[in-house]
Amino acid sequence: MDRRGFLECMAWVGTGVVWTSAGGVLSSRTLAHAGEASAGGDFSFVQISDTHIGFKGEANKDVTRTLQEALTTINALPKPPAFILHTGDLTHAQKPGAFDSVAELLKTVKTERVFYVPGENDVFLDGGKEYLGRYGKGTAGGRGWQSFDYRGVHFVGLVNVLTYKADGLGSLGPEQLEWLEDDVRALPSSTPIVVFTHVPLWAVFPTWGWATGDSEQALGYLRRFGSVTVLNGHIHQVLQKVEGNVLFHTAMSTAFPQPAPGTAPGPGPMKVPEDRLRGVLGLREVAYVQGRSALAVVDRPLA
Amino acid sequence: MKTPLPAAVAFAALLTLAATLPARTSDGATPETRIGIEHFVFLPSALTVQAGTKVTWINRDEEIHTVTSAAGAFASPALEKGETFSYTFAAPGAYSYFCALHPHMKSTITVQ
Repeated sequence: MDRRGFLECMAWVGTGVVWTSAGGVLSSRTLAHAGEASAGGDFSFVQISDTHIGFKGEANKDVTRTLQEALTTINALPKPPAFILHTGDLTHAQKPGAFDSVAELLKTVKTERVFYVPGENDVFLDGGKEYLGRYGKGTAGGRGWQSFDYRGVHFVGLVNVLTYKADGLGSLGPEQLEWLEDDVRALPSSTPIVVFTHVPLWAVFPTWGWATGDSEQALGYLRRFGSVTVLNGHIHQVLQKVEGNVLFHTAMSTAFPQPAPGTAPGPGPMKVPEDRLRGVLGLREVAYVQGRSALAVVDRPLA
Repeated sequence: MKTPLPAAVAFAALLTLAATLPARTSDGATPETRIGIEHFVFLPSALTVQAGTKVTWINRDEEIHTVTSAAGAFASPALEKGETFSYTFAAPGAYSYFCALHPHMKSTITVQ
């Protein structure tokens, strides 16, 4: 990074810097520059997470409005995202009518398609019956997990909230792991991989259940690839981790923040002053530039 | 003159006992006990009761919780703040349970 780049980076801290990583060395460009670079096979997509429609607590009295604000931000992007990934907890505890509200709200977003994976809030009451009834079509055996290719990038959506075990962690299960192994077997190692799921695939804070028990096995099938980006939700805050060629990114919620790991008696909706709420809610823009090994990830707060 | 202090202490001790043990009423009604859900913890976190005891959980968190048996013996609906769920333990055994929304919240009830 040169001096100018460093100053730009400093100026953009907290408002949106595109971080790219090549060979483990971080470099940064501002959002405007990222836009200029898009041409040819390049594309961008958006991740939203933890919309928790139906939540009515002190931490956010109007989660519908903050989701609408996120969608307005997406619709104002200079270039519409190719698609949107929703990484789960569409609803808050499967409140009656919440799935309908989410579907209505997301109709207003300018993009080709929205892909979903469930959070525990979407499936805990009925084992995923309603969720899979709505979003199971086109997924592996109708069970919610899926993969697709877009302009040379292989996307994998994993479900880790259907079989919580006694250890209190997210779990993929042997059936899904077997599917994943098959799914990536024939791909050349140069294929960029994007995994999206709800609960983190790295042990963020197992005491609060912020980990997936059998994630190591899944990552074992992916480590041979030169670029693996793992996007998840669940913990309602941005955290990042690099493990070899695997980059982990947890996302903000559009509904309410949660405490940093271990800083409160337990996880859960965290009340922040009203004028700070939109600084801790937001969405994520991800850009793929052909020829670059890593994807550029930008976390954008609502305000 | 008798000092009232020992009586008060004895009464307080009785109250404490009543709060911590399932009380079997003289007319043979179902013994009952309560478990609070607070700050993502079941309190008390482990409990031993006599067979036939009715256990009532109350959610004191802003967040929704459930009381879900690991072996499928019982499952509450989603409990909002202030809502309760009760289950009467007829058969002796160890019953582990958790919150289906926050499965790191775990506890056990031992029925004698």
